[in-house]
Amino acid sequence: MRRVAKLSAACIATAALALTATACGSTSSEDDSSSSASAGSGKGGIKIGLAYDVGGRGDRSFNDSAARGADKAEKEFSGSIKELTAKSSDTEADREQRLTDLADAGYNPIVAVGFSYATSVDKVAAKYPKVSFGLIDSVATAKNVDSITFTEEQGSYLAGVAAALKTKKAHVGFIGGVDTPLIKKFAAGYVQGVKDTKPGVKVDVQYLTHGSDLSGFASPDKGKEAASGQLDNGADVIYAAAGSSGNGSIEAVSGVKGAWAIGVDSDQYNIPGLSKYKNSILTSMVKNVDVGVYDFVKSVHDGKPLTGNQIYSLAKGGVGLATSGGFIDDIQPQLDAAKKKIVDGAVKVKTS
Amino acid sequence: MNKLTQRIDKERLLLGIAAPLLAVVAAVVVTTLVILATGKNPGAAFSDMLTYGSASDSQVYILNKATTYYLAGVAVAIGFRMNLFNIGVDGQYRIAAFFAAVLGGALTTPGWISIPLIILCAMGTGAVWAGIAGVLKVTRGVSEVISTIMLNSIATAIIAYLLQPGKLAELQAGGTVVSTKPLPSSSHFFQIDTGAAGVLWGFIVIAVLVGIAYWFVLGRTRFGFDLRTVGQSESAAAASGVSVKRMIATSMLISGAVAGLIGMPTLLNDSHQFSNDFPTGIGFTGIAIALLGRNNPVGIALGALLWGFLERTTNHLEFEGYDKEILGVIQGVIVLCVVIAYEVVRRYGLKRQQQRVGAELAAQAAAPTQKQEVA
Repeated sequence: MRRVAKLSAACIATAALALTATACGSTSSEDDSSSSASAGSGKGGIKIGLAYDVGGRGDRSFNDSAARGADKAEKEFSGSIKELTAKSSDTEADREQRLTDLADAGYNPIVAVGFSYATSVDKVAAKYPKVSFGLIDSVATAKNVDSITFTEEQGSYLAGVAAALKTKKAHVGFIGGVDTPLIKKFAAGYVQGVKDTKPGVKVDVQYLTHGSDLSGFASPDKGKEAASGQLDNGADVIYAAAGSSGNGSIEAVSGVKGAWAIGVDSDQYNIPGLSKYKNSILTSMVKNVDVGVYDFVKSVHDGKPLTGNQIYSLAKGGVGLATSGGFIDDIQPQLDAAKKKIVDGAVKVKTS
Repeated sequence: MNKLTQRIDKERLLLGIAAPLLAVVAAVVVTTLVILATGKNPGAAFSDMLTYGSASDSQVYILNKATTYYLAGVAVAIGFRMNLFNIGVDGQYRIAAFFAAVLGGALTTPGWISIPLIILCAMGTGAVWAGIAGVLKVTRGVSEVISTIMLNSIATAIIAYLLQPGKLAELQAGGTVVSTKPLPSSSHFFQIDTGAAGVLWGFIVIAVLVGIAYWFVLGRTRFGFDLRTVGQSESAAAASGVSVKRMIATSMLISGAVAGLIGMPTLLNDSHQFSNDFPTGIGFTGIAIALLGRNNPVGIALGALLWGFLERTTNHLEFEGYDKEILGVIQGVIVLCVVIAYEVVRRYGLKRQQQRVGAELAAQAAAPTQKQEVA
């Protein structure tokens, strides 16, 4: 009898499964088509779709920078924004779904924030040839995609120059969030900048986490600990490219007199949450993701969508050093000279 | 007598279904309250989940997700049946998928040789990784909970060390994604193209076979009987001649081998490479699903499908303007409720049994006197 009960349970389960699998023939996009049409006519202007990386709006760093660019475009072109955010357990299918949902609902352009969208943007862009896609920090191959990349190594080179000129102990440090190729670009440029300026200066390079463990981008405690270690070791200028972990590093540096922190992505001197420590923030290596996003949205609004790979280099103002606080005013001539060398091509900055 | 067993079995079945059902209902109630608290309409949310979740492309997505989750649930359940808490499924599947991807990228043999080799490599790696915890438990008495958690971190570190350009990986165009060498297209697993709805992963067949094997080995073989006996009482098993240590080691190996399969649907049907954005944390999802499915092969399948459904539909809820944290709330509440509901239902069942036995005893006590009267 038990066997029969189990067997019938199994049969019911499979039957139910088969039923659901065959009963509904229409796809979700067909279901949505009517609602999206009405939504589209409801509000005029450009409809910007944003697919964020893990963290989303409010991370004070990378995603926020993209959000700033989209907000600016939204105001200027009186459009609307729809935002979706990634989870850490995401698979390719989830990322594709996010982009497909946006495309189905009539959002155009759609900006994918973060390199993990590279493959999914390619696939979805091929399915929606009339929609313009933007991809940040990676390069896609589909024709209707604008790949927005930055030369982080060039900006970091300048940070290295500043660090070498400001250190009194001939010892500086670098803290990377995770040892991804992207963060290694920051490290490579920084080290080269230091060595080209003062070959005798020692550089400590440290990553908070490794491989697929991305917690190094969001652990201020780890950043603080690593910075304290480097300070104890004798470093007095510390550059952290580590998402919100950098906040911890800045906090640790502010506790030591005469030591400097170098911020990243946004001008961290002006970030309200860090105002307590701003007198220790020498400068920030600013990566203008907002400019990239804004330019892309504007190009779509103007009817001439950007495509291909837009490289936001030092020459184009895509990366650079923030001058808030005036702490690097005295070394500005040297920084300008270094910048000129990179822009002219006299100095090639390594990416790894 | 026949009627009696029938009644008990029905009751067992009802009680078995009651707990997960109770958990899901409780989760719906809590979610309703949470959505109400955020000032939105829960009714619209649920109806959106149903219509969106039953669309054909959603069904394909759910089945694909459930394939992975089912394997994770079974891997964990094998340990559970032995009273072993294999938390290391997460590390086991990641390191297994990594080495399988490295092997798959290096192979130039035709698909019918490569694919079995890749799958065997994954199962082997998973088994070895779980086996370390098994050996430590058997020889040194180390709790598998501690050792498998640590092995998870070690797996992460090993993958991070080897997944670098110049070691076992290469840098992709764009310079931001590191991955192993992609599998040649001959090593891609078969898939079913359903047209507009998307592509159904062929690995679902393997998942079903694993489910059948799990049911057969545990329920219909001497080995499965020994395994369950050890899980219920080590001393009783030892007294009846079962080598407890060998059973622990073997079941850890099997659990690890099945864990090795978890990454295979993604690797062979989807990504075709192991990169630094390979999905993580599925081992822990497996624990929740095994709990939800009561270690039963059909139950785990339903749990896996439910999980896939929730992920698909809550992704869309975010699109509709609800908070993206809803998914976490629903999943968390389900797991919590499942644990509570099992205990509640178990106590209720126990009480019923006591009453029934009491009634039977009373009937028996009454019966002889009747017989005497007849005689």
